[in-house]
Amino acid sequence: MDKNISFKLRYWRQNGPKDKGHFDEREMKDIPGDTSFLEMLDILNEELVSEGKEPFVFDHDCREGICGMCSLYINGTPHGKTERGATTCQLYMRKFKDGDTITVEPWRSAGFPVIKDCMVDRTAFDKIIQAGGYVTARTGQPQDANAILIPKQDADEAMDCASCIGCGACVAACKNGSAMLFVSSKVSQLALLPQGRPEAARRAKAMVAKMDELGFGNCTNTRACEAVCPKCESIANIARLNREFIAAKLND
Amino acid sequence: MWLCNSSIGRKVVMSVTGLALILFLTFHGSMNLVALFSKEGYNMICEFLGANWYAVAATLALAGLAVLHILYAFWLTLQNYRARGKDRYAVTDTPKKVEWASQNMLALGVVIVLGLALHLFNFWYNMMFAELIHQPMMGGIHAADGYGYIAQTFSNPVYVVLYVIWLLALWFHLTHGFWSAIQTLGWNGKVWFNRWHIISVVYSTVLVLMFLVVVAKFALCGAC
Ligand code: HEM
Ligand code: SF4
Ligand code: FES
Repeated sequence: MDKNISFKLRYWRQNGPKDKGHFDEREMKDIPGDTSFLEMLDILNEELVSEGKEPFVFDHDCREGICGMCSLYINGTPHGKTERGATTCQLYMRKFKDGDTITVEPWRSAGFPVIKDCMVDRTAFDKIIQAGGYVTARTGQPQDANAILIPKQDADEAMDCASCIGCGACVAACKNGSAMLFVSSKVSQLALLPQGRPEAARRAKAMVAKMDELGFGNCTNTRACEAVCPKCESIANIARLNREFIAAKLND
Repeated sequence: MWLCNSSIGRKVVMSVTGLALILFLTFHGSMNLVALFSKEGYNMICEFLGANWYAVAATLALAGLAVLHILYAFWLTLQNYRARGKDRYAVTDTPKKVEWASQNMLALGVVIVLGLALHLFNFWYNMMFAELIHQPMMGGIHAADGYGYIAQTFSNPVYVVLYVIWLLALWFHLTHGFWSAIQTLGWNGKVWFNRWHIISVVYSTVLVLMFLVVVAKFALCGAC
């Protein structure tokens, strides 16, 4: 059993995208170390509700690190200081010390307007996927595994790229509000496989055009994104997207 | 045109102009080294690169590259500032592997522009420009006597300090800029990342040292 801790929680409240927003504070008492960060916020909300106050709004769904909905900026790091490879829902209170001040903010980026408190609107990512992040051919029944030969290395690499859960931590961490790590992972997962090649050029152009149109910034290779990505996506993906995109434009 | 209206295209312009400027600095630095060994040799180069049509044409092309790089730098930085949104984080904890230079490229660039202005005033104005307007003695020393201008400039400790600051800013700019430019062009991956990173640091260091030794030599023992 991890021991219990008490700490000061500062959490961001904002009534919609136009509101100025402010921090609320609360002393959290005797929280067990094996409480997850989101469970700790559930405790906060139970307290708020029992006092007749409005609960604190934050995004979450699977709570097992695979859906990409949880999205809190904790003490200056997207998803908090988890082991890399984990999301906010996989962060446990034993990572904090008794007497800490814990500051919780939403992803702050023009591409992700605040809906309420720490819940932001990430529809922009859906729009980027809709612009070309798929294969248009109907694939029918699963093929025989040996019908199309793919080197194991390529299959692994494509799978690593596909493990991006679209959480947006990369945008949240980036001083340029750039979505390049997300877009490059989604372009790479298909560009690396023969099934994705026929439409690779069109896909890279369409997804980058949508990303630019939605107002995400220009990547300056600071690497803040890969340092915080819960799925350990690498900026090698960004180099691959640059290659795909430049080649596509030169072939126009 | 994709070089203006797509984010990767704009980055390609930054990258290609940046790499061209690095190539220019490499030539410039190598020529400066001649001043360490031979006054005659150095002044021969100065004469060769005086107000001849090819030197003037190359200077114009170079100025064009620099202007493009600087205009795009401000444009990109402004767009990025907007993309970041109005609301800033109350607490930030920058990850360790984020290079300081990578987040301050514009500020470093502005220091480089200021140093460049001083440099053009110290040298280009008195040398190529003086010849172009047919006033070779405008700066008190003959316009083709580059060696004389180096000795004169670095006998002044204020200039020495300013040039060292300038070169330091350039070093920071290039340790990030070099590999970043390669990454932008897509010539990078999990294996090459570390290689390019080391090449960037080594190349930038050698490049900046080439300029620094000339400053140091003339600051410490003048034209001896
Ligand atoms: C001798 C002078 C210079 C050299 C050799 C140089 C070189 C470079 C290189 C190679 C890059 C990387 C490009 C990339 O990431 O794709 C770069 C980026 C940059 N430079 Fe320069 N630069 C110089 C002067 C300047 C000046 C005068 C400014 C601004 C006033 C400036 C502002 C920037 C900015 C803001 C970036 C980052 C842009 C981005 O990554 O999107 N640079 N520079
Ligand atoms: S690249 Fe990483 S940080 Fe960005 S959306 Fe995908 S999983 Fe999240
Ligand atoms: S809630 Fe699904 S990843 Fe955290």
